[in-house]
Amino acid sequence: MSKAIENISAERIAYLKKMKVRRIATWILRLLIVVLLFASWEIAADLKLIDSFVTSQPSRMVKTLINLYTNGNLLLHIGVTCLETVAGFIIGTILGTIVAIVLWWSEFTSHVLEPYLVVLNSLPKVALGPIFIIWIGAGPAAIIAMALAISLIVTILEVLNAFLQTDQDKIKLVETFGANRLQVFLKVVFPSNIPAMINALKVNVGLSWVGVITGEFLVSKAGLGYLIVYGGQVFHLDLVMTSVIILAAAAALMYQGVVLLQKKLSGGWFNHQP
Amino acid sequence: MSKNIVEIQNVGMKYQSINGEINAIENISFSVEKGSFVSIVGPSGCGKSTLLSIISGLLKPSSGKVFIDGEEVTKTSDKVGYMLQKDYLFDWRTIYQNVILGLEIRKNLNPENKDYALNLLKTYGLYDFKDKYPSQLSGGMRQRAALIRTLAVKPEILLLDEAFSALDSQTRLAVTEDIYSIIKNENKTAIMVTHDISESISMSDRVVVLSKRPAVIKNIHQIVFDCPNRTPLKCREHPSFREYFNLIWKELDVHV
Ligand SMILES: Nc1ncnc2c1ncn2[C@@H]1O[C@H](COP(=O)(O)OP(=O)(O)O)[C@@H](O)[C@H]1O
Ligand SMILES: [Mg+2]
Repeated sequence: MSKAIENISAERIAYLKKMKVRRIATWILRLLIVVLLFASWEIAADLKLIDSFVTSQPSRMVKTLINLYTNGNLLLHIGVTCLETVAGFIIGTILGTIVAIVLWWSEFTSHVLEPYLVVLNSLPKVALGPIFIIWIGAGPAAIIAMALAISLIVTILEVLNAFLQTDQDKIKLVETFGANRLQVFLKVVFPSNIPAMINALKVNVGLSWVGVITGEFLVSKAGLGYLIVYGGQVFHLDLVMTSVIILAAAAALMYQGVVLLQKKLSGGWFNHQP
Repeated sequence: MSKNIVEIQNVGMKYQSINGEINAIENISFSVEKGSFVSIVGPSGCGKSTLLSIISGLLKPSSGKVFIDGEEVTKTSDKVGYMLQKDYLFDWRTIYQNVILGLEIRKNLNPENKDYALNLLKTYGLYDFKDKYPSQLSGGMRQRAALIRTLAVKPEILLLDEAFSALDSQTRLAVTEDIYSIIKNENKTAIMVTHDISESISMSDRVVVLSKRPAVIKNIHQIVFDCPNRTPLKCREHPSFREYFNLIWKELDVHV
């Protein structure tokens, strides 16, 4: 057996080679799809097969992008939206986890509040937009509130559910050593649910984006959501399309950030904390 | 002063829930001598775990009392160590960190106790694995680590709740041998719950046979083998083993 590790078998080499070819092919195809899509879009618009006034056109989007950048507005808009999203995300995660801890702590409280959580969870949160604007004012704070409205309840329910599903025998084990409720939480419930909480984070990133863009649609003077709505109102499709694509890139980047965090935690200090 | 370290007096337990009342155990009384090994056997679901939880102080009985060293049990006692069905080592802690869990919870994590825990790891062959994670150990080693975690808080009495039932049958025999010798070596009193008649006979000085739910004591058997330095395996090969087995088997009245 140990020999096989030293001199790799021919089958193994063939297999590894096959997997490498496959990986490269996958990436080439992925790139090809996006290149083809944009190229045909560009050509179809040039040939007047589609009306670039309503569909826009890649070359015009690039111009719009450069224009936005040179006017110094682009980074501001991206920055505002990202900041609101990160703020909504972090506040939603922390607040949601704290509420989940409180509800886990007191079974009676969580039982009392259960119907309210169910109602709030099923309510389309967008409906709360006007209320936030009146209460908080038409600004970034109202937009963050919108992001919170969308992500908070889901976070609470997800995290609470994970806490409640902690292996009862693991809890019994620490109780046999005389652990109190706080120790049960710190020694078992919290650490054993770190993976579940990171999964909640992943869902949360997406929801925060939804909340922020919704908020920006309703009220804003800057941000990608603002650009999209503004572009739509003045029928400036180049601006709308450009903003959507920037938005897609930003959201994907942030999601990858959480995935990276998850990898770090599950292979890093999470496994080595005292 | 009596030699009995544990006294169980007329203990009964009724579980209450919205759907009704479950009468788990009824009027159980027996005592356990210091340094002895007592098993409790009974059909599954009869209330064995319930009885053990009551002895440990995790659960308050509906009636009756338990005394440890003459003191009534009202909450979990530092004199008691518990071993559950599975090892429940925490994946996110190293073996050493798992072993000191009880000390941490009892806020007894001083250098002396840390040394004691490390010594246990040394004595029982896990020292080289102390910085490994549970997933890197075999089932038998994990069970041993779980026992060391229990021993690290220096209990006088060990409660074992089907502690070997998660292991496959071969590992189980070896681990039983292993754990038994550790318990005897450390001079601990042990109360073990099991539904395995052979296991109970092979390890115990006394076997308490429970009826099906609500559990009452059917009989208490004194197990004596004229065999020096007894071990579970030696007992299993002893001629009188069969006799004890048949006796208890009939009493348990197992139906298929
Ligand atoms: N917390 C509980 N609430 C209600 N009923 C319980 C509870 N724990 C155990 N029981 C019931 O009590 C009976 C005895 O359970 P247990 O002591 O676990 O049996 P055993 O360990 O002998 O298999 C079972 O019928 C079980 O359903
Ligand atoms: Mg049981």
